[in-house]
Amino acid sequence: MPPPADFRSQIEALRPYLLRFASLQLRDAAAAEDAVQEALLAALAGESGFAGRANLRTWLTGILKHKIVDAIRRQAREPALPQDGEDALDDFDALFRRNGHWAERPAGWAEPDGALEQSQFFRALELCLERLPARTARAFMMREHLGLETPEICKELAITPTHCWVMLYRARMTLRECLQQTWFGR
Amino acid sequence: MRLLTCKETTRIVSQGLDRELAFGERVALRLHLAICLGCRRTGTQMRFLRRAVRELAEIDLKAGF
Repeated sequence: MPPPADFRSQIEALRPYLLRFASLQLRDAAAAEDAVQEALLAALAGESGFAGRANLRTWLTGILKHKIVDAIRRQAREPALPQDGEDALDDFDALFRRNGHWAERPAGWAEPDGALEQSQFFRALELCLERLPARTARAFMMREHLGLETPEICKELAITPTHCWVMLYRARMTLRECLQQTWFGR
Repeated sequence: MRLLTCKETTRIVSQGLDRELAFGERVALRLHLAICLGCRRTGTQMRFLRRAVRELAEIDLKAGF
């Protein structure tokens, strides 16, 4: 039995949101489009699985996350992404003195909650994310955007937990520094 | 117990967002954070980043975007 037209149109109305959700992780318009298309097809085929149990957007996003992980798995098989030099663990030499203490104490951020109300802040955050090395960004977004646990990230990216934690640490420190420069420290 | 440096502290604070820290790590962290404003700020900012990224997908839905 084909899904009723209103279910189909409700799902279609969420396409822009889903596309944005997928693009934030995959950084590739075509791959994001494919993932959303697969998710919508799966949703239409499995409408009975929805049955109004949850918010439609939440349900669709859940399906989409699986399709995004499939896409990441495919990407991970292609050796297309350059190494980010994650092996260089001695990062942030400029931030810390030789004895491991701050070269310059990080500034506090005024009104972070207010930033979350401003579109320009999210634009600044996106620009900082785009500046991250590709592999580091992928791991970071799997953790913070998709909300995956570290073991799953390690498995999909075929890296060790230690490597994973180093990448997440590098991402957070780099983003912190970037937002300090482009937003909070202005 | 050896005291942590700021570099070690920030690394453990970050890992605390990704895994359960061991008891010894939590104690060492608390000792360092009690006396180090820079590391406290960094921890706060890392947690803020998590909130901000979670909202990133939602921003089209808010007014004015």
